[in-house]
Amino acid sequence: MQSHLETQAAFRAALNNAELPPGITAVGDLDRRFSVYRNTVAHSLSEALGQRFPSVARIVGDAFFKAVAQIFVTAHPPRSPVLHTYGDAFPAFLASFPPAATLPYLPDVARIELLRGEAYHAADADPMPADTCAAQISADPDNAVLSLHPSLRVFVSDSYPAVSIWAMNQPGGAAVPPPPDAEAALIFRRGDNAAVLKIDPDAARIVAALIGGAPLGAACQDVAPDIAASAFSTLLQHGLIIGLSQAKESGTHD
Amino acid sequence: MTQLPDTVGIGFKRSHFDALQATPNRLGFLEVHAENYMGDGGPPHAQLMKLRADYALSIHGVGLSIGGAGPLDRDHLTRLKNLCERYQPESFSEHLAWSSHSDAFLNDLLPLPYDDETLATVCEHIDQLQSAIGRPMLLENPSTYVTFETSTLAETDFLRAIVDRTGCGLLLDVNNVFVSCTNHRADPRAYLAAFPTQAVGEIHLGGHDEEELPSGPLLIDSHGAPVADPVWTLYAETMHRLGPRPTLIEWDTDVPALSVLLDEANRAADILDGARHAIAS
Amino acid sequence: MNTKTTTLALAILGACATVTGASAQDMEKCFGVALAGENGCAAGPGTTCAGTSTIDYQGNAWSLVPAGTCADMAVPAAADGTDRMGSLEELTRDIPA
Repeated sequence: MQSHLETQAAFRAALNNAELPPGITAVGDLDRRFSVYRNTVAHSLSEALGQRFPSVARIVGDAFFKAVAQIFVTAHPPRSPVLHTYGDAFPAFLASFPPAATLPYLPDVARIELLRGEAYHAADADPMPADTCAAQISADPDNAVLSLHPSLRVFVSDSYPAVSIWAMNQPGGAAVPPPPDAEAALIFRRGDNAAVLKIDPDAARIVAALIGGAPLGAACQDVAPDIAASAFSTLLQHGLIIGLSQAKESGTHD
Repeated sequence: MTQLPDTVGIGFKRSHFDALQATPNRLGFLEVHAENYMGDGGPPHAQLMKLRADYALSIHGVGLSIGGAGPLDRDHLTRLKNLCERYQPESFSEHLAWSSHSDAFLNDLLPLPYDDETLATVCEHIDQLQSAIGRPMLLENPSTYVTFETSTLAETDFLRAIVDRTGCGLLLDVNNVFVSCTNHRADPRAYLAAFPTQAVGEIHLGGHDEEELPSGPLLIDSHGAPVADPVWTLYAETMHRLGPRPTLIEWDTDVPALSVLLDEANRAADILDGARHAIAS
Repeated sequence: MNTKTTTLALAILGACATVTGASAQDMEKCFGVALAGENGCAAGPGTTCAGTSTIDYQGNAWSLVPAGTCADMAVPAAADGTDRMGSLEELTRDIPA
């Protein structure tokens, strides 16, 4: 007699192929009845993927998305039962998926959607009041180390106007020729949603450096002051600065 | 094993949050799926904390894979423990099913054979869960579409043995009883008569879909329709026999307006009232 | 305070002065993420869409092409003039009629 592990392995394998597992029975139409399990697994995981990547689905159309989702969920089933974390491998999968090669920006759009999901479920934190923040920072801005909101994510595309393409594929959006340059965005939780705010790619790199713990002076090095100012004011304006400290290694502070 | 009141609750859907806040609270409790509250923060937790202040809460896990042959997911056990600590729910429940196999989560409640080996595995997993969350759990009977030739125990006997060995309670899903019994040409009344009813801490009522096959009807536990009339009848009979139990209306697919769920809840509340009076008299 | 610091300080103080609170207009209307990836315990939708057909997308059997809002939209050439968008014709000509 086969062990439970063997029974389960055979059952699991049969979810992805046309053969029935050994040892199961029904009052008749066994294949049709077993198909309820096949369908639920395939359909529920594809639905979960579609909810996570609605803009990708809109760009490629329903039929294409269903087909690509079917291949993806079979090749890359979730590793965790927490489905809102599912799909990390999807952008890379799209990048290596030949039928999607004509849409080279698709993996970038998928990355925006992944980051939105992360931002939505990230920890809560209160913003630092803007005037307190300004007062404290002005004493020694070079060595100021910012604590940023846990939901803040930085998206930078290497090659594509992916933020514009993402935006035109939101509800009510229409396809218009996007700008020619690669784009970047800050993604963060806002109210009951996750916002995507297009910013200058250099400003995005400053924010990425700040998230990595770099002091303000180092993060803004070699960047025009107006870009640094715009990065900082964006963080302040959207309540994304939650704390402030001073870098230790500096000799300039008292 | 549960501190839920012997009244009616509904499965909380996030799309109903505003409507629920605007409705006078006549519900006994709310139930949520554990896995939908496992992020670090954000709107899901903010909403649930607000609702928690006004309602008794049942947390219902759908992803632990208690019936899986392999070991339980340690990380997931920790997440469940943290969730129970955060919300202190009146009840925690999970399913007699498996959903993960060698690291893949399949997002379905899959069936297992009922024999001595699976009984030992399931009991061990329930012990681990109950230790982790520091409270007894309720185990739900599944909807099934096939059975196993190797099963040596009836589902009801299997459940009774689990209760005896682990001290857990049971979540009796009356729709699942009707779905499984119809699919396997068994008598739902015989099933309910054999069910270890003294352990029942909660009832589930949901809707199912039906397909007609040459071999007879195929019922599917879709949670996307009103509770079917035969299920209401079985529920009323069971409540008159057992006395009122905390009862949940669940609707997970094509979720309608809150008022539709509240209508279903009222129907269940009437049945509970009838059972209460019948037993008192 | 060195020159760089002064510049940065001035820029940042200027930024602080212009902060007037977040406005809603700078956000695009977008898909919600509230219900993305919710777990459930329902079965379905029946037996009519069995997920067992294997799709060979390496060969001609892959008969689908992207058909959504942006499928026929070319991304403009990069600043250096290189074309970043393949032609859909290359893909579609291999599809069996």
